[in-house]
Amino acid sequence: MTLRALLQPHRIVMMALFAIFVIWCALSLRWDWIPQYAPLALEGLWRTIWILIVTCILGFLLAIPLGLAQAIGPWYLAAPARVFCTVIRGTPLLLQIWLLYYGLGSLFPQIPWIRGSDLWPYLRQAWPYAVLALTLSYAGYEGEVMRGAFSSVNKGQLEAANSFGMPRFTMFRRIWLPQAIRSVLPTLGGETILQLKATPLVATITVVEIYAVSSRVRSDMLIVYEPLLLLALFYLIIAGVITLLFRKFENSVPSR
Amino acid sequence: MTLKTIIKATVTAAVLGAAAAASAEEVKIGIAAEPYPPFASVDSAGNWNGWEVDVINAVCAAEKMDCVITPVAWDGIIPSLTSGTVDAIMASMSITEERMKTIDFSDPYYNTPAVIVADKSMDIEPTPESLAGKIIGIQASTIHQAYANEHFKDAAEIRVYQTQDEANQDLVAGRIDATQADSIAMADFVNSDNGACCEIKGAVEDDPAILGKGVGAGVRKGEDALREKLNSGIKKILDDGTHAEITSKYFTTSIY
Amino acid sequence: MELLSLSPPGWGGNLLRGLVNSLQIAFGAFGLGLVIGLFGAYGKLYGGVVIRDLLGIYTTVIRAVPELVLILILYYVGTDLINKAAEAMGYGRVEISGVVAGIWVLGIVQGAYSTEVLRGAIQAVPKGQMEAARAYGMPALLVMRRVTIPAMMSFAVPGLANLWLIATKDTALLAIVGFSELTLETKQAAASTRAYFTFFLAAGALYLIVTLLSGVVFGRIEKWARRGQPSLRAGQSR
Repeated sequence: MTLRALLQPHRIVMMALFAIFVIWCALSLRWDWIPQYAPLALEGLWRTIWILIVTCILGFLLAIPLGLAQAIGPWYLAAPARVFCTVIRGTPLLLQIWLLYYGLGSLFPQIPWIRGSDLWPYLRQAWPYAVLALTLSYAGYEGEVMRGAFSSVNKGQLEAANSFGMPRFTMFRRIWLPQAIRSVLPTLGGETILQLKATPLVATITVVEIYAVSSRVRSDMLIVYEPLLLLALFYLIIAGVITLLFRKFENSVPSR
Repeated sequence: MTLKTIIKATVTAAVLGAAAAASAEEVKIGIAAEPYPPFASVDSAGNWNGWEVDVINAVCAAEKMDCVITPVAWDGIIPSLTSGTVDAIMASMSITEERMKTIDFSDPYYNTPAVIVADKSMDIEPTPESLAGKIIGIQASTIHQAYANEHFKDAAEIRVYQTQDEANQDLVAGRIDATQADSIAMADFVNSDNGACCEIKGAVEDDPAILGKGVGAGVRKGEDALREKLNSGIKKILDDGTHAEITSKYFTTSIY
Repeated sequence: MELLSLSPPGWGGNLLRGLVNSLQIAFGAFGLGLVIGLFGAYGKLYGGVVIRDLLGIYTTVIRAVPELVLILILYYVGTDLINKAAEAMGYGRVEISGVVAGIWVLGIVQGAYSTEVLRGAIQAVPKGQMEAARAYGMPALLVMRRVTIPAMMSFAVPGLANLWLIATKDTALLAIVGFSELTLETKQAAASTRAYFTFFLAAGALYLIVTLLSGVVFGRIEKWARRGQPSLRAGQSR
């Protein structure tokens, strides 16, 4: 957006109104808790971003075989992949998170050797469940997108590569996958923002990310709006950064 | 067209909902929306019962108030009082200085110490030294959270749960080492099949500034009429033996 | 299995009651969202600069902030505003039922997505059709009712189907605010009986049934909306 676009009269008025709103918020609401909770908030913010990045990458890696299985796989691979995507997309993420955390949690006491295993210190933490649930969710949604992307790659190119005797895997790596990824790039930014919006749900299983910090402030200080408004602002900024990053990324990839 | 029917349905629903809600004279008593035995739990028919529910009904009967028990999320229970979703809170909420800044309280109607619960095999005492390096599960927005943050924070890892029930489950699952909560609720828990793993390790050292002066009914600031009514109701059931009678149904000792 | 039986002591009835609440809220929110979306789409396409900017802010903010946070903000803002209004008119505090509050908060969220879906659909209608109608002197409302809406239906239905599914799944978030919809009923049942897997799987199955049935219904609607048009498959997202 250029400066001139911002300087239209009505936008100046709106910005002035917004500034008044911000000043009113600053003056009449309680912000004295910020210094006390700032370190915790930074930690929470970092955890939100960390979970977002890890689950998006893992989920995307999982989405490729899911999409491939549905697009060209034999029925015994395609059917489970399709069922997986349908179940993930057809049930609320909150329910999936609770099923994983509390459902598995209720099983552990019945299986003594798990408690003795080396994995137990990790299984005691909440974040592995959060990462697993969010990864599966991203994979479920993105797998469906990848299915479409794989089937939309021009068959002629594959036939050409085939007739030159290119091995199947090279064909996949050099021709098929890059084109599929290029065709999903525009949707990827949106999917990542949706994933960002899913992260606060993991606060319900004791992962202390930014939403959990705001709940903590709400309950400690017995105030409602201040932490929520600040939280919304944080998410707006993160979503804005994601949008910009993907736009840059998209521009750096040559399009047809 | 379908759109019209949808609009009509929405508007009707909104109007009906508002109308059904607007009937006066009812006193909405807010309780936490999750099981907190033996004080409040819900059966499969959707009826709430338990010691505190009986006390609510007795107080309301003594004052001839038309009370409606309204479950709300614990971590938003004070905002739901101040915003008018409920008129009073009777959810085992301790009377503390911190809460008195936002709401008013009636006289206390029970008072119990805070205890530490842990696995039977664990050698734990309710002191910061003994809990060093352990994971303590705490319910959000409780006196126990405030207490743990003050006394255990430097030594132990504190994990915050939305409900005590979830903390209990993770204690059973072994994901936390100990939990701090109300002695009566915990006595009920360790005597249940589910809580058989664990035992009460003792009461924490008292800190009246944080742990408060017993459990009272919370009302909005300035609503003295309702507060007086609740006070007189509590006094009546204490005087005429109803309180003791209800207590004997659930406990072997007095909890006032 | 007997835990799931419909009459007490089984908890199946509770789950079904929760499901009815969820569906009621989802239906109301979807409807409210459609109404907001229709106005929003028209505003974005034909409104003045101020309206367009305001709607731009509305859709951007709603689509960037997590539903959970929006639900909390809208819930408290909504109850506060209504109480202030009621007090100003001398009624005293008003009770707002969970279903109405749920419809209000989810409806506003849905409205932002509906605005975008409907705007895209209206833009996809060939301009000539609306111009022709106007050229014959049809009043604007009649053009909307007889030309624009029927013609855009085929473009809007896949997106709206998606929104409906989002609405049903978003009702689960109200569990965190303490409304007894399906997910909260499930958690209460699970916590009371300690049968976590049974109840969460049962609830998952209920949600899945709703999703699959909705798919069938929307497939029918799509076919009907697209009668006489060449087929096209739109991409899907969350």
